[in-house]
Amino acid sequence: MNDFENLSISSALEGLTNKKFTCLELTEYFIQRIENNKDLNCFITSTFDKAVEMAKVSDQKIKENKTRLLEGIPIGMKDLFCTNGVRTTAGSKILENFVPFYESTVSNNLWNSGAIMLGKTNMDEFAMGSANTTSFFGNVKNPLGSKVNKELVPGGSSGGSASAVSSGLCLGSTGSDTGGSIRQPASFCGLVGLKPTYGRCSRFGMIAFASSLDQAGPITKTVEDSALMLQAMVSFDKRDSTSSRQSIPDFSDFKKLSIKGKRIGIPKEYMIDGLNSDIKKVWDSGISWFKSEGAEILEISLPHTKSALPTYYIIAPAEASANLARYDGIRYGFRHSADDLNDLYQKTRGLGFGKEVKRRLMIGTYVLSAGYYDAYYLKALKVRKLISQDFEDSFQKCDLILTPTTPNVAFPIGEKQTNPIEMYLNDVLTVPASLAGLPAISVPSGFNSEKLPIGLQLIGKPFDEISILAAGALIEESRGFK
Amino acid sequence: MSIFDRKNYFYPDLPQGYQISQFEYPIVGKGYINIEIEGKVKKIGITRLHLEQDAGKSLHDQDIKNSYIDLNRSGCALMEIVSEPDLSSPIEAAEYVKKLRSILRYIGSCDGNMEKGNLRADVNVSVKREGEKLGTRCEIKNVNSIKFIQQAIEFEAKRQVNIIESGEEIIQETRLFDPNKCETRSMRSKEESHDYRYFPDPDLPPLIISDEKVNSLKEKLPELPDEKKDRFMREFNLSSYDAEVIVNDQSTALFFEKLVKGRDSKVVTNWITGEIFSYLKKINKDIKNAGIAPEKIGSLIDLIVDEKISNRQAKEVFEEYMESSDDATIFIEKKGLVQLSDPSEIYKLIDKVLSDNPKMVDDYKSGKDKLFGFFIGQIMKISKGKASPKIVNELLIKRLKE
Repeated sequence: MNDFENLSISSALEGLTNKKFTCLELTEYFIQRIENNKDLNCFITSTFDKAVEMAKVSDQKIKENKTRLLEGIPIGMKDLFCTNGVRTTAGSKILENFVPFYESTVSNNLWNSGAIMLGKTNMDEFAMGSANTTSFFGNVKNPLGSKVNKELVPGGSSGGSASAVSSGLCLGSTGSDTGGSIRQPASFCGLVGLKPTYGRCSRFGMIAFASSLDQAGPITKTVEDSALMLQAMVSFDKRDSTSSRQSIPDFSDFKKLSIKGKRIGIPKEYMIDGLNSDIKKVWDSGISWFKSEGAEILEISLPHTKSALPTYYIIAPAEASANLARYDGIRYGFRHSADDLNDLYQKTRGLGFGKEVKRRLMIGTYVLSAGYYDAYYLKALKVRKLISQDFEDSFQKCDLILTPTTPNVAFPIGEKQTNPIEMYLNDVLTVPASLAGLPAISVPSGFNSEKLPIGLQLIGKPFDEISILAAGALIEESRGFK
Repeated sequence: MSIFDRKNYFYPDLPQGYQISQFEYPIVGKGYINIEIEGKVKKIGITRLHLEQDAGKSLHDQDIKNSYIDLNRSGCALMEIVSEPDLSSPIEAAEYVKKLRSILRYIGSCDGNMEKGNLRADVNVSVKREGEKLGTRCEIKNVNSIKFIQQAIEFEAKRQVNIIESGEEIIQETRLFDPNKCETRSMRSKEESHDYRYFPDPDLPPLIISDEKVNSLKEKLPELPDEKKDRFMREFNLSSYDAEVIVNDQSTALFFEKLVKGRDSKVVTNWITGEIFSYLKKINKDIKNAGIAPEKIGSLIDLIVDEKISNRQAKEVFEEYMESSDDATIFIEKKGLVQLSDPSEIYKLIDKVLSDNPKMVDDYKSGKDKLFGFFIGQIMKISKGKASPKIVNELLIKRLKE
């Protein structure tokens, strides 16, 4: 038996093309891994039969020398991406039995690149959460918790995706990031999480949370894998009016890009109260790595940073309140029996949605209501403009921005559950880039005293994923661990 | 710049739970169109034109227990054109919708088929005493014919007048028109109205329409009904009424222009509005999809003008002619309809009738003018209707004077 435990996507591709092992062997290995680690609760639905079928096709392609970009790579698909004929729940009771009859563009692109679907990964309900504790299908465990003998959260909302890659149940997975849902769990699980520029990945078939923020991206073990998966996921799609027509580069070109002479901005506003001291230390180390590679470090100011979180928690719920209106029990999904139409709506939505989703729907409905719209929603739109402007101004002076991904490391399951604001603070360092639609990557950069992983975030100019990948690779080389 | 908004409300025939519409920045702003009422032109203001998604249709009368939803139209794009409160009678409303429909068809943005629901009117009606401000309005939803629009307004205005005259007040509400009973009924009152929580649709970026685009569209605009009408009156000497009838439909206008080339415009107009319109009505087609070639009609008209066939005969055989693939000359020959207009042939007929009736000829010459008609009748009879009445007339007068 081959040693598959330490495989990355790139090393697996190498092994497959060199015929060291077959896709079927690889796939069956991961199927076994998933079966043996059910307690992590990473998957809502497994698709093993499909995986085996796909693996056979890939083996045939390899035989015929017709390999595609991700030929034979078993991955997890966040349960937010509609998969044709495969149940797609968004982590919600209201879609518990929903089987789409169409495929999301992102997942379709991945299958067309030869990736293999092991299953649909667990997530916070409708991607609303930062700990993967709001899923109707139960919370996901962070595999790194065993290191400290605690049950830790994997982060969220793409918690199942991150935990699955971290625990070696698949080689990579898809996530979606609205305010940090890729970067934060990647950071908590010691992985690379990339949120591309808004518009890079089509949102068609990706169950909407907040349309102006949602963006798909990969969660992987390495920066190289991240570039590979990203390449397969992106496309212009006329079925998504916000999909970008910007030309798509060869993301592996990040390897050719030197950081020497690049100007790295360090935003002083990210030095927030409550930033974990271990994380601060890792951030300082990060700065020194860039310095020693010949990058120029400069302090920058993003003055509206402190308004980003409240702005986000107005805009995202407002959009969600409309996006989730379709789950009304009339056409598909959960329906509760009722006496009349209003009763049907109330019972279906009251029982079909979880507490956090309902909280955000109420916030969203409130901020759009007559009399409150100007004070909340309209104002938030204006502040969002200012936040984008901050970044635009900074990118006149620097090429990249380096920050921590999260103010804290992974916390025990059950913590931060009583006060939603405390939970929302998890996103404080990731939402500004989301609001500005900028590409950002979280790369494992160090550990706290308990050996829990700490991620640093790199934020790039619009459509400049290559630079953040290159800078991420520099961190990988400099951090002193594999 | 034009922005799409979400209008939020729950209803089973609205699958998304919101309707994509336009609130603050519609795609088209203020404008006007002219209508003609009793020969006078009246300007009707257009407030705006915005785009939105059509909803589905709830059907409550198909089953005792269940309601059904028809989603066929759901999500289709529609234009909503809002007019200013400038219309002051049912007939004005009807003329407005007719003119609007004609323009939309000219531009090609809507086929204007009201029966199929492709053009519908939400009719807002209010009444007031002379000199007073506009009264409280009621909206009659989804009226789907011009006749119904008039009937709905007539009923609704009377209803409101009765309410006011009995000392009560109009309650603003949405009403339905029932064409069977010819009355309007309350659907829902304003108090039940929602807070629609309009906000810009984050799925759809703002639509930026450049001046160049607007100008290029302007250049591509076809000649619209009003301009065309003016030109037809000028160029072809048409009456206002005839011109209106001809230009109302673009294909008819095009057909007219092709047909009138080198022909008398009055004759052409009469044929189009007479025989052709009634033929189209009979076969239930319009001039475009009936596929009538202008030349087919033109060659028939030419035969009449050249007196190869009489107008009456042409009308009699018109339908048959339309069904046949023969050209006009061959058709009338086959039918044996070729008009006799050769003077020597006609003289022969005249002479035969006169020599057969010597007494009558004497009587005529001694002053019995009425016998002229008798001779004509006899001549036409022996020509089996083929002789040109006009030539028979001319030649008979000549002969009798000899």
